[in-house]
Amino acid sequence: MEALVAIAIGVMTSCAIYLMLRARTFPVILGLTLLSYAVNLFIFVMGRLSTGNPAVIGSGETYPDPVPQALVLTAIVIGFAMTAFILVLALRARVELGNDHVDGNQEGRT
Amino acid sequence: MSLLLIVLLPLLGAVLPLLTERFGRNICAAVAVAAPLISAGLIISQLPAIFAGDIPIFHVPWLSNIGLDLSLRLDGLSLMFGLLITGIGLLVIFYALYYLSNKDSIGKFYAILQLFMMAMLGIVMADNLLLLIVFWELTSLSSFLLIGYWSYRSDARKGARMALAITGGGGLALLAGALLLGHMVGSFNLSVILSNGELIRDHKLYPIALVLILLGAFTKSAQFPFHFWLPHAMAAPTPVSAYLHSATMVKAGVFLLARLYPALAGSEMWFFIVTFVGLITLVYAAYTAMMKHDLKGLLAYSTISHLGLITMLLGLSTKLAATAAVFHIINHAIFKASLFMAAGIIDHETGTRDMRKINGLWQYMPQTALLAMVAAAAMAGVPLLNGFLSKEMFFNETLHLKSLGLFSWTVPVLATIAGIFAVAYSWRFIHDVFFNGKPVDLPKFPPHEPPPFMKAPVAILVVLCLLVGIMPNLTVAPFIDAASAAVAGAELEPYEISLWHGFNLPLLMSFTALAGGLLLYSQRRGLFAFYERGFHLDEKLVFEARVQRGVRASQWITNTLENGSLQRYVAWFVGFTLVMGVVGIWPLANMTGTRPLMPLDGVSVIAAILLIAGSVGTVLIHHNRLASLLLLSVVGLIVSLIFVRFSAPDLALTQISVEVVTIVLMMLALYFLPQLSPRQSGTLRIIRDIALSGAAGIGVTVLTWAVLTRPYETIAGYFLENSVSGGGGTNVVNVILVDFRGFDTLGEITVLALAAVGILAMLRTLQLPNTSDPRSWAREIYPPILAVLARVLLPLALLVSAYIFMRGHNQPGGGFIAGLVTSVALILQYVSSGLSWIQERLRWNYRSVAALGVLIAALTGCGAFIFGYPFLTTSFTHIHWPLVGEFEIATAMVFDLGVYITVVGATLLALAQLGMLTHPSRIKRKLTEEIA
Repeated sequence: MEALVAIAIGVMTSCAIYLMLRARTFPVILGLTLLSYAVNLFIFVMGRLSTGNPAVIGSGETYPDPVPQALVLTAIVIGFAMTAFILVLALRARVELGNDHVDGNQEGRT
Repeated sequence: MSLLLIVLLPLLGAVLPLLTERFGRNICAAVAVAAPLISAGLIISQLPAIFAGDIPIFHVPWLSNIGLDLSLRLDGLSLMFGLLITGIGLLVIFYALYYLSNKDSIGKFYAILQLFMMAMLGIVMADNLLLLIVFWELTSLSSFLLIGYWSYRSDARKGARMALAITGGGGLALLAGALLLGHMVGSFNLSVILSNGELIRDHKLYPIALVLILLGAFTKSAQFPFHFWLPHAMAAPTPVSAYLHSATMVKAGVFLLARLYPALAGSEMWFFIVTFVGLITLVYAAYTAMMKHDLKGLLAYSTISHLGLITMLLGLSTKLAATAAVFHIINHAIFKASLFMAAGIIDHETGTRDMRKINGLWQYMPQTALLAMVAAAAMAGVPLLNGFLSKEMFFNETLHLKSLGLFSWTVPVLATIAGIFAVAYSWRFIHDVFFNGKPVDLPKFPPHEPPPFMKAPVAILVVLCLLVGIMPNLTVAPFIDAASAAVAGAELEPYEISLWHGFNLPLLMSFTALAGGLLLYSQRRGLFAFYERGFHLDEKLVFEARVQRGVRASQWITNTLENGSLQRYVAWFVGFTLVMGVVGIWPLANMTGTRPLMPLDGVSVIAAILLIAGSVGTVLIHHNRLASLLLLSVVGLIVSLIFVRFSAPDLALTQISVEVVTIVLMMLALYFLPQLSPRQSGTLRIIRDIALSGAAGIGVTVLTWAVLTRPYETIAGYFLENSVSGGGGTNVVNVILVDFRGFDTLGEITVLALAAVGILAMLRTLQLPNTSDPRSWAREIYPPILAVLARVLLPLALLVSAYIFMRGHNQPGGGFIAGLVTSVALILQYVSSGLSWIQERLRWNYRSVAALGVLIAALTGCGAFIFGYPFLTTSFTHIHWPLVGEFEIATAMVFDLGVYITVVGATLLALAQLGMLTHPSRIKRKLTEEIA
């Protein structure tokens, strides 16, 4: 199971970074969203894998690590806020600059 | 305590002139005088103790970890400098009142001057080497402001920049040297450093530390080859030159040499470097001073020359060298400050400083002339004046030099030659300015005597020249005793200052200099012609050219690295992170740890396959934006399932609701963006990107695997144990969010609200160019079945979110999730029924809602103050609710309510604003604007 999780996170990271290296804003935002999934998962599994026992006192004998969970919960919400912000930024850039290249330049520089 | 006051009072005094400037110049000056006056009084009050051999010390631990303490000392050397700084400072304040015109801001001048005074007092009184350097840098900065006081003048700006660059650079070298010194001794405390001279000189790092510290001292004291900044600093107002460039700042370098004398002096290296740098400066600057036609240029080079003399004395390290150096520091400060002030008067009254034009002023301003002549005579070393005494001591010390063997005679000869030039330029100052025919087209004619009070500071200093020169033992002797004891330590030899030592070699040297100087001056025309034929470097041009070259070079580097391409930055960033990751992981012996693995099951494999397929698919079809967005949402869905699988119900709930909101938001944005991404990247670029992202993915996989297979220690135990007893809730994740780490959560909802406000700001003024081109994603804009269903679902969804909110403290749920569920329910109404429909029914201002949420959360946190607890301390109690049963109520729930409201407000603010772009009112407004 650990290998599966590791590979899944790795593939998500790869795809996210590839998208982030694209020249248009929308794929870059898709990449950022994907990367935030990957990173959230990564931080979450830093508490190691455990099944069938939520971090609710009295629900079982052992509990998973609640600290990464709490961190990731807020990270998901903040990640949403940042995605929304950057989306609107991209929108604004598109209107102001007349194109959606990440450098604000239709041809790109390189 | 009074030691601290001595230093800090001028800092306070720096504020007062700015506040009182509007009440007039005289009041401003009167206020400006107060702080230095008290400081001087405090120093004088310590006189008896210091003359008795005590060293008052003030010590407060500050940043003791790095060896920086606020410790001050007032020994003989600090005393002498302290009196010079405050005394001459007071005279300069007085003088500047008459010198500066009404157009100049006198408050600003006094403020910076006192800031400088504070820094200078700090240097001479610091008992900690690091503290000394802090003040040292402060003098560099404040002198930059003072030199550039007339900031509208290009030469003032350039001179200030040059001074800052040279002295600031030296300051960096000094800092490095001081750190080495502290490393050798193990303390930055001056008392410790000074008593460990032997250890320092035998240390293998001594040569490096010495060179670095000397660099600092030589740049500050304008020693060859760093002397060139001082003449250019003459663009400063003359009171500044009188203060900084005669008595104080340039003396900081020689002060440092004197201060560290017990620790550093006594080695061959010290002797050779310090003596010869001083000697070269002494002779070269004396020669150049003679050739300058600018009055202040002459004085500047003369100052450099005298600083060279003092440096050389400290280098010689002969029996009475330190005493002579200390004595000359006092004398030079007195006569040079008065000469600068006299030069300022002449400049003020004639409008020029060119000695080829200013002639014969004796007829117009005899009193000023008399004062200037006495001071210049002191500079030349005429008997009965203070300059004579210390200069003769200097000649005497050069004769005691034996270290050069057969060539020892060269030093006294060169010293005499420098003396000849000194007499020549002093005589030139007198003869050219006050005699030598008639003035030649002066900008202001006829010149007349300045106001009496402008002459008073000069007169006071000139009287001091005479008093010290005639009765040294009654005036300065105790100060010199105390100061040279502090410099030379216990090795101080008994000595006697007197006017008459009989006919001896030093006297002969003095008279040779006097006669030779007069002779040299009579041959001046030939000399000037000789000088003009020589090669001259305009330091300012060279310096500016180098600065420009530096600027161009850094611009080139910046432009090459930073070409404005985000793709390039991301690539570099990923590449660098990869390198760092590899460096970190490389030392691991084996990738797999000892933790037992979890068995694989079919559902997980299928989910992983879906996840991988979704991610790869998103990339493969990313040119079709809508399709790839839909695939991305599959990934988000599976991520929330993963959270369910691995015992994180809270995360799963959050993820799934955020997922909905995010995808809706992205579709909304996509509505206004191009639907397709053009295929622009070349093959090479694609290969590079695949390599980078592939490597990053492999790195993350390896890292995750390595971590997951290893056991670990966690702080979770604390939270699990204290969740019920301390936070009153059984859902540990929620208790962490609203209680243990409540402050973080407060920060996070603030960020959320800020992001929403940012979105509002960006969208409010946005006018879409192509609103006439609606996308046809659906045949029906508001499908009736969806609309009806959504309306029916709304109360149910609100009930669910209330339930999730209430139980959040004990069961999976909480403010974040409940807020997101509410948002999703409302967004569904927007989607199904349209903006106008909602706006008619829901008249909320989402901006205020988000702000209200943050406010509630913050106020709940503050509520703890009322009961005397720290911010965000929770209290809770159990109550009995009919029908529901035992129910627990905690202040954390109010905090969570704040979270809930913020989430609802921020989410809807962002979405509604984006949706608003297509609202008829927007478009209509645009149309009306076009019509108008």
